[in-house]
Amino acid sequence: MHIHVKYFGQIAEATKLESETIECHGTQIANVLNIIYAKHELLNNKKFTVAQNQEFVDPETLLTGAEIALLPPFSGG
Amino acid sequence: MRYNRHIILPEIGQEGQDKISQAKVLVIGAGGLGCPILQYLAAAGVGTLGIIDFDVVDLSNLQRQILYGSASLGKNKAEAAKQRLQDLNNQITINTYTEKLTHSNAVDLFHLYDIIVDGSDNFETRYLVNDAAIICNKPLVFGAIYKFEGQISVFNYKSGPSYRCLFPNPPEAGTVPNCSDIGVLGVLPGIVGTMQANEVLKIILNLGTVLSGKLLCYNALTLQNSILKINRNQANIISVLKEKDHFKNKSSSFNCEITPIEIQFKDALNKDNIQFIDVREAHELPKVENINVTYIPLSKLETSLHKIDLSKKKALFCKSGMRSKHAVKVLKELKINNCFSIPQGAQDIVKYLEKNKQNHGK
Repeated sequence: MHIHVKYFGQIAEATKLESETIECHGTQIANVLNIIYAKHELLNNKKFTVAQNQEFVDPETLLTGAEIALLPPFSGG
Repeated sequence: MRYNRHIILPEIGQEGQDKISQAKVLVIGAGGLGCPILQYLAAAGVGTLGIIDFDVVDLSNLQRQILYGSASLGKNKAEAAKQRLQDLNNQITINTYTEKLTHSNAVDLFHLYDIIVDGSDNFETRYLVNDAAIICNKPLVFGAIYKFEGQISVFNYKSGPSYRCLFPNPPEAGTVPNCSDIGVLGVLPGIVGTMQANEVLKIILNLGTVLSGKLLCYNALTLQNSILKINRNQANIISVLKEKDHFKNKSSSFNCEITPIEIQFKDALNKDNIQFIDVREAHELPKVENINVTYIPLSKLETSLHKIDLSKKKALFCKSGMRSKHAVKVLKELKINNCFSIPQGAQDIVKYLEKNKQNHGK
């Protein structure tokens, strides 16, 4: 399954990408994350939350969507 | 005549303007976000504005903190902001608080206002503001920025989600850089803060769709906005409410995580600057060999602090991961940071080292 992955803030910096399309045969969002981790080593210590089809979800959730977004917390003001 | 352009809008009218005049809004921080928030809320005629900021105006602030000029340099931000805002609108009441927001003053302060607006610049304050807003049951208009991007949401509004439903715990200190470390496009907090002011007015006027249960992600470079749905996590909110009675006594230290930080043994092994600490009692087996281990039984932890290398990260282990977790908590309370608990027990560690003997030279 082709998954469109969007990156924000420090995550986009670590991957040097704003988005990419990856191929995933797993059934969970965690499977997508594993592929992303393997591809982008700099992500390993980064904190983020995951959205599937524009909704924040637990990574244990079943992969049902075509779009995943990785969003880090911002503290600046 | 001052509010004519509001009053002639049928969606606001005199009735709406009266609601704005009766509203009490507390703005946390009078910096990059706080300045535009305060400017528009004062101009709109919000009857009572509270400003809390302990910081003073610095030359590097003037690039984006638009309430201040050269004459404000060195002055407290809450006071300097009030001076400018009172000139903008002398018909409103402005209360200034020149101290730091802490667990001990937040709840009493929040009770005096209807809406809380977060314009702070660090996670410690953001989590404190979120938790105090939950405890006081006040809507919280959230905004945060990073270089060219912004996040905006309204939390705790009509039983909606909170910041902890999005990010349950603060990131480890120092892992997320701040504007003062990496810079920020000056106009960005202007845009994000103005959006926050807009949400405040929508709440007061009960107008349009309040940005509750959603996070708006704004990118100033691509102008691509994303709105992502946030679900309320009841357990996270209940765990905040449970602390209601002793909230005031909580220390404001950054590490307010609910669970101590863990590190997998194999990840700890890959770090260069790390001290392994065995917190089991001296007689317990198996001993972990082939790596450098410092022995500090949990029972002697507080009297053995000299054995801890403060320049290194500390990875603690025991038989099952329970005592090491407890030890990390104790060390945190003693302000010894960078401590991690290894969830694997000594038995598993020995097995792992045996299996990977040829692969590491530590």
